[in-house]
This record gives sequence, structure tokens and C-alpha cells, in this order.
Amino acid sequence: MNVLAILIPVSVSLGILGLAAFVWTMRASQYDDPDGDRARILDERYDDDPAG
Amino acid sequence: MTAACPACVALPERAAARDADPDLVLHLPDIHCAGCIASVEETLGRLPEVREARVNLTLRRVFIAGANIAPGPMIDALAGAGHRAQELDTGRLGRQGNEGRDLLMRIGVAGFAMMNVMLLSVAVWSGAAGATERLFHLISAAIALPAVAFSGRPFFASALTALSRGRLNMDVPISLAITLAALVSLASALFGGEQHGWFDAALALTFFLLIGRYLDHAGRNAARSAAAELAALDVSQAILLEGGAERIVRAEDLAPGDMIRARPGDRLPADGVVTSGLSDLDRSALTGESKAGRVGPGEEVAAGEVNLTGPLDIRVVRAGRDTALSRLTDLVATAEAQRSRHAGIADRAARAYAPVVHILGAAAFLLWLALTGDAWRALDVAISVLVITCPCALGLAVPAVSTVATARLYKLGLLVKSRTALERLSEIDLVVFDKTGTLTTGAARLRGEPDPAALSLAAGLAQGSNHPYSRAIVAAAAERGLEPAPVQDVTEVAGRGVEGRSGGRRVRLGRPDWAGPGDADPDGVALGDGTHVTLFTFEEEPRPDAEECLRTLEAHGYDIALLSGDASAAVARIAGRLGIESATGRMTPEEKAAWLEARAAEGRRTLMIGDGLNDTGALSVAHAALSPGSALEAARSLADVVLLSDRLEPIATLLATARASTVRMKQNIALAGLYNVVAVPLAFSGHATPLIAALAMSASSLTVSLNAARKLA
Repeated sequence: MNVLAILIPVSVSLGILGLAAFVWTMRASQYDDPDGDRARILDERYDDDPAG
Repeated sequence: MTAACPACVALPERAAARDADPDLVLHLPDIHCAGCIASVEETLGRLPEVREARVNLTLRRVFIAGANIAPGPMIDALAGAGHRAQELDTGRLGRQGNEGRDLLMRIGVAGFAMMNVMLLSVAVWSGAAGATERLFHLISAAIALPAVAFSGRPFFASALTALSRGRLNMDVPISLAITLAALVSLASALFGGEQHGWFDAALALTFFLLIGRYLDHAGRNAARSAAAELAALDVSQAILLEGGAERIVRAEDLAPGDMIRARPGDRLPADGVVTSGLSDLDRSALTGESKAGRVGPGEEVAAGEVNLTGPLDIRVVRAGRDTALSRLTDLVATAEAQRSRHAGIADRAARAYAPVVHILGAAAFLLWLALTGDAWRALDVAISVLVITCPCALGLAVPAVSTVATARLYKLGLLVKSRTALERLSEIDLVVFDKTGTLTTGAARLRGEPDPAALSLAAGLAQGSNHPYSRAIVAAAAERGLEPAPVQDVTEVAGRGVEGRSGGRRVRLGRPDWAGPGDADPDGVALGDGTHVTLFTFEEEPRPDAEECLRTLEAHGYDIALLSGDASAAVARIAGRLGIESATGRMTPEEKAAWLEARAAEGRRTLMIGDGLNDTGALSVAHAALSPGSALEAARSLADVVLLSDRLEPIATLLATARASTVRMKQNIALAGLYNVVAVPLAFSGHATPLIAALAMSASSLTVSLNAARKLA
């Protein structure tokens, strides 16, 4: 049963990691323009000039 | 710096620019693809004053930041690149609330917490006992309690509001179930009771209900933002005359006594009296009359009328919120509030259901207490009843269907504004149309076959004029393949017609008594060259798909009626052409409303379709209301559904979709109820475990969502 002492913190911290990732996507406005983001990936402007 | 991942470098900078307050927001109704985004952003980026332009394709808007930004050059630049753009008044658009983002965050927290607690629960369900079980319950409590406290706040807040007003809403049993389940499980985990742990149930409940709430919110928000878009397009400006100089101001800032100028083509921004100038006014939006009326000095004009031929100087009598138009719009807002009290299926189901949940929960507790004398056991059973009867699926049943249906209708060019619109539309049996601007385009069309030479000469004269009859003559000439005859020295004589020289003779096109010796025929214009007089008469052009739309509606068993404020002869002509049997002309706005109320008293459910101020009374008393996107704001704000395209044909699809989706909503509520019929006896008899509750909740929510996503007939 000692394995629980390792596995439970691991599973909980994985969960927290996932939640943190979700919060980050939220803060980065990744849900504001789903249609636009879907189209932008096809755009060649960012290929050679990432800052543009 | 060499970027391994271009997007990573580009992202933070762009995100920062996007969050900054934009200096200008333009509405781009036609953009739809990656190419459009690139072309809009590049076109605007080339302008020196623009620092950053960012397109949002979902909202069809572009946010522009920079110094000294003026909308005019931006719109022109975009037009050059082939994009239609309109200015949005961000002030009137209102701040978009963060409610959606907030709900999404709560869903995320509830979802992640639920997954972790569920993992621990699975261990308990599959046989962990003793110290392990207690440890797992304590860890679950540590995860679940903060998550429930955070995610459940929308329900707790709404339940408290309802309770403080002495009422019950669906959020009361929800809050009760969530808090009781979490707190009692905590107590049993701390004090080592033999009871079940309900942490996963409390979280699953919160999670599913939040999804329902989010769908509901997203649907309403989309409609609200699109409606704000329509309203913002109406931004009306006025030309204020100050000591001979012209200045452009917002119509709301006008005050009585101001002098304003209305150019041909402008919609009048305020009520007033004409001080100088002669012109024709298009009053169709206010009265339904298709014929333009003539005005001159000393005559009263009203906001909402459209100036057609000559510039008018007007002394403002009533402006802003006092104009007849605004007062009507306010009346309309009140009427809208009344209709929104129409209880939808979801509300009715919840109202019937909320007391049942409480009574069942309390009954289970008392019964078990009386029978066993064990308060902990009784509480456990009561919680299982509350959790299982809690309306997870009920919360999803209606929003899931209306989200699917509304999205489908939006693609067809129909904006559903009201939450209960689909349900009310499904009950319609009589469709009532307005004429001008609804069944017809509002544009005039030349009648008969005039002499080609005369028509070509008339077209030459009419070319530069804005008057609907002039445009009809030019269109008729083009249709017949006639070149407009060359005419020199064309001048528009406001309120009378157009004058010019052709082949050395003076020719006039306009009011029959002015163009040549003859009677003042009220209906039409005359072409006079000094010797001959040719008379042109006009009729209205029905929308190209009007007839098809009416036939489809009839085929589906709807009755059709036409109510118009226009002259009876014009109404009869259109009704005859479109094959409408019940048509009435010369109706005042009050008569229209009374007609609809009389039909309602007969038990008919009416759908009113209208666009003008004279239809607002009728739109507000009808069972459901629809208006074209070209309608006045007053009419659009009353309508449950706005047609965004110029076509009438989606109306039949709208009614069919409304019927199908209402059937689907009822199915969903029945499905949700069915689970309870099975699960409640189990819970009541004390056989429900957290595992069964979790299965019932997930299975019913999934069934209901999948049923909603099924293709609508």
C-alpha cells in the first residue's frame, strides 16, 4: 500500500497540471475566436516572418 | 533570436495587442475565410495611422488600434480590397460581459476535480476498505470542497436570490443537493461513519449543470451580440448647421431649436419643421405607404422618414429620446418585456419539478428516520434521492436543442433573438405579412410597355436622380436593353422632377402638372418635351421569392393574410399577383394590432412579419414576430427572429425547424423524466449507491445531449 503515497500525489499533480494548462488557454484568449484560429493556421504570413 | 516555433514568438505580442482597447471596431459582414482575414489585416496594416488590426472571424469584426483613427479612410481602403465594412458604435454595442469566460472556467475546475475524485471513488467502489477508504475520502474531500465552492457559485447565488424573495427555483434543490452531499460526506469521512462518499456526485452534478448553463448563456449571448450589431449599424448622424457651417454630430446630441440639414438619401434624425427646401419624403417605414410624399417649407417631418430628392433645412422640434420614433421604440421595449414572460417548456418543467424534489428528499429522510431511528442512514438516503432526482439532464434538455437549432438557423440567415421563440413558432397556424418592405422590396417598377424612344429619353433624365420612380425608369430601360438618351444640362428641381435639354428642346420628367399641360395624376410621372406628354405609371416589385415562399407555407398548411397601411388598390394588386385571398389595405397601426388580437381571441396563433413603425403594434401583440434585417430598429427589436438575408424563403424552414426542435425538447424532458422513474424508487428504498447515481447522471445527460445533436428533420 506504500505505493499509494507516491501514486496519489502524482495523479493529483497531473490533474492540477491539466487544470493549469486549461487556465492558461483561457487567459490567452484561445476561446475568443474559434473560427478565426481555424482559418489562421492556413495563413502563410507567419511562415517566414513570425513576428509579423 | 532564431525562433524554433514561430507561433510561440508571435503569440504573446499579438495577445497583448488584442486585449488593449481598440480605437475602432468595424463590422465586416462578408468575411468568411483565411484569405479574407489576411487581406483585411494587410490592407489596414498598410495605412500609416494603423498600429495593429486584428480580425475576429467568429464575430466578423476587425479591431483596429492606432493614433488618429477615422472610420472613413478605413472603410474606403477595405472597399478597395473588396470588403464591405460598416462602423460599429462601440458605445452602443455595450461591453461584452465576461460571464461566458467565467462559466467556462468553472466548468474546467469542476471537470478536472471530478475526474480526480472519480479515480479515487473507483478504488472505493471496487473494494478499498478500512483505512484506505477513509484516506481516499479525505483526499476526495480536499479536492472536492474547494472545487464545489468555486464552481457551484452561480447556483448558490441564484438560489439565495430566489429564497430571499420567498420563492423556489430549480437552483434551490440543486444547491441543496450539492452542499448536503459534500458536507455530509465530509462529516462521515472525518468521523469514520459507515456512509457513502458522495463527493464525485456533487462534482458531477455541478459539472453537467454548468454545461447546460453555459449553452444557455452562449446562445443568448450570440443573439444579443448580433442584435447589438444590427442596432449599432443604425448609428444615426445629423448635419448640424452652425452659422452657415456644417458639422456632423450624433443624432442623440441634437436639441430642440437646432438647425439641421438633410441631404437626399438621408434618414431624418429628428422631428422638426422644414424651413427651406423642397423635396419628396419616403414615409413607408412609418406608414406603409409606398408612394413618396412632397414636402416644402412650414411642413412637419418626422424622424425615420427618408429624404429623396432635394436638400432640406429643418428646425428641430423634438430630438433624441423624445421623437415619435423613439417613444414608439420605448413602448416596444416594454411590450417585449411582457412577452418574454411567456414561460418556456424548460421553465414549466422546472416549476413543476422543483417542489417534487424537495418533497421526495424530505419524505425519504423522515420515513427512514421513523423506520430505523438512524439519522445518519436517513440522511444518506435523503441525499441519494436529492442527487438522483437532481435535474442534470433537465438542465441540458432544452438548451442543448435550442443551441443546435439556433446555430442551424443562423447559417440559413435567421437570427433567433428570443429564448422561447422556437416554442412559440412551433404553435403558429396563421402567417400575417406586411406589404411594403416585407413582401415587396419597397422599390417601384414600371408598369406597361411605354414607347422605347420616350423611355430612353426618360432614362437619360432620370440617371442622376435618387427618387424611387427615377430608379425604376432607369432599371426598366436597362431591362429592355435601351441606352439612356444623351441629355444636357440636367438639373433636379426638388419636389417637382428633373429638367434638361435634348436635341435643342427642353425636356422635363416629373409631376404630370409640371412636366406638361395635363391633369395632376397622383400616381406616376410624366415626360414632356413641349409637345408630347408620355405618362409612366408604377407598381411595386414583390420580392423575387415571395410567391414561392407563400406557396410553400400554404403547402404546409399555414393560413396567410396581408395587412397593409398602403392604398387599397396597391394592396389588391400585390395580393392578386401573389395569390393572397385575405388582404386588407388602408389599415392604421392600431387596426393592425386589433385585427391580430381578434384572431388571437378566436384561438389562432399568429406570426406577424413586418418591417415598419406601423407594424410595431401588430408585432408586439402577435404570438411570434419576425422582421427583415432592413427593418427599422423598432420593428427589429420587437421581432423574435430577424431575417438577415434579403430572401423570404427561409421562413418555411424556420417554422419547420421550430416544430422539429420543440418535439425534440419534449422528447428530452421525457427522457430525463424516465431516468427518474427508474432511479427514484431505487434511491428511496435505500439501494442507490454513489456508483448508481454517477451512472444514472452521466447516462441521462449523455442521452439527452446525443438526442439533441441528432439531425433535425
